[in-house]
Amino acid sequence: MSNHAKSTKTSSKNMTVKLKVWRQKDAKTEGKFENYSLDGVSASMSFLEMMDLLNEDLTKKGIAPVEFQSDCREGICGTCSCFINGQAHGPERGAATCQVYMRKFAEGETIVIEPWRAAAFPIIRDLVIDRSPFDRIIAAGGYTGAKTGPHADANSILVPKPDADKAMDAAACIGCGACVAACPNSSASLFTSAKITHLAMLPQGHPLRERRVLRMVEQMDKEGFGHCTNIGECQSACPKEIKIDFIAQMRREYLAAVVNQRPESKSGGSG
Amino acid sequence: MKTNFASSTLGRKFVMAITGLLLVGFLVAHLSGNFLLYQKEGSLFNAYAQKLASFGVLLYAAEVGLVAFFGFHAYNGIRLAFLKQRAKPVKYAVTQSKAGNSKWGLASNNMMVTGSVLLVFIVLHVIHFKYGRGLAEGYAVQVNNEEARDLHRLVVEEFKKPLITVLYTAVMVMLGFHLRHGIWSAFQTLGLTKENNSNKIYFVGGVLGVFLGFGFLTIPLYIYFFV
Ligand code: HEM
Ligand code: SF4
Ligand code: FES
Repeated sequence: MSNHAKSTKTSSKNMTVKLKVWRQKDAKTEGKFENYSLDGVSASMSFLEMMDLLNEDLTKKGIAPVEFQSDCREGICGTCSCFINGQAHGPERGAATCQVYMRKFAEGETIVIEPWRAAAFPIIRDLVIDRSPFDRIIAAGGYTGAKTGPHADANSILVPKPDADKAMDAAACIGCGACVAACPNSSASLFTSAKITHLAMLPQGHPLRERRVLRMVEQMDKEGFGHCTNIGECQSACPKEIKIDFIAQMRREYLAAVVNQRPESKSGGSG
Repeated sequence: MKTNFASSTLGRKFVMAITGLLLVGFLVAHLSGNFLLYQKEGSLFNAYAQKLASFGVLLYAAEVGLVAFFGFHAYNGIRLAFLKQRAKPVKYAVTQSKAGNSKWGLASNNMMVTGSVLLVFIVLHVIHFKYGRGLAEGYAVQVNNEEARDLHRLVVEEFKKPLITVLYTAVMVMLGFHLRHGIWSAFQTLGLTKENNSNKIYFVGGVLGVFLGFGFLTIPLYIYFFV
């Protein structure tokens, strides 16, 4: 709210921001905040462009640049991950760090930049974190069983529109980890539930439905994420606005799978 | 595949949600009974207490059940609180909610604090009243021509003490906070929420939670000031 008010304050002229950035050499070394003052920031720069500017500045001064993650810079890859002024991906809802613009910040404002903090996401360096636990959750069951061979006809399996919509909403998750970052318990429930719901809503996902939820939940726990206390901060932090209704669905799926307890077939496959 | 339901994070929360809701059910009954304390003479309350006591074995079974619900709820709550500590060992220098549809707040962020207060309180509360002064100490009254414990007298005497009244009131505020988030949370944990009812459940759960906390809280205050 206050951020919207701020946005009008800053013109497109150059501004100065004070940055308080987490610096950490590697997972084993203790980190600390460093303060930098950065001139020549324009309101129309993206947050990551501002970080680029900072790094040019630091390099010129002979200071090691701040390591941070990014790839697409258009909100689709889920690589960027800064905890900005106490909020995952910064002040804007429905946006990843790379989609946040400097007009959201006021002239002379101090901006605190931290990495995602969760035991399951070790810090590799500065703001760079290791998100491989998400890959292992996906590998545990986030796939469908499909026949190889010629490409199947599109629409050969009909999907009811509401189910398709729900699957698409869930599939919007880009795996950025903001949900874990924002959660006081570092729970990965929003991410995991989005992946589970996405496939559970589609006929192609049905053969492995129960096995999937059991395995993915087990992997989620194994990775050392916390439990979900239904605070729902994740859904406000999520750049794709994934809803915690999917977490409720994950629990229904899990309960159904536990109650059924079908023995797992040795031969696997899509059934 | 072998599933460790009871020790999974989802399983633990299922247990907490079920036991939590059963405890809420008990609180509704308990508060309904307590509202009899609004009758100043206390005959209704004593008759009610006498009736409950007359259930004998049934009452005993219900009490054992309550202690068990409580135990499972608190045990899993404490286990999960330790997990939280392990999962987020380093805290942020700054945190602020992104608002929107987040339930972030005093109630949701302090379930362990309010829960722990309730845990200590309930032990003391049972000692205070259930095992408090009774027939042996001469707190006797006639109910239906039989001698019964004058529980009403004990309650009134206790809530005439400022410290006791202040403490009970403070704990009931904690209860209100615990349930403001807890009731909604249990529905969400059990997967009973969907897109179209989630906000309604959050609202109604909050109202019921605050009503319970507030309802209990009015009784010591009423006795302190008006009886
Ligand atoms: C009058 C007694 C109590 C009632 C009616 C009650 C009710 C509830 C309910 C309905 C929930 C929501 C469960 C869920 O999220 O699925 C809850 C959560 C919780 N309760 Fe209680 N509770 C009581 C006592 C306690 C005690 C004694 C403790 C503690 C040590 C405790 C600790 C917690 C914690 C930590 C949570 C959050 C669970 C989580 O999400 O991790 N509660 N409570
Ligand atoms: S659910 Fe949202 S916040 Fe979590 S990983 Fe997916 S896109 Fe990121
Ligand atoms: S860099 Fe790809 S989502 Fe931000």
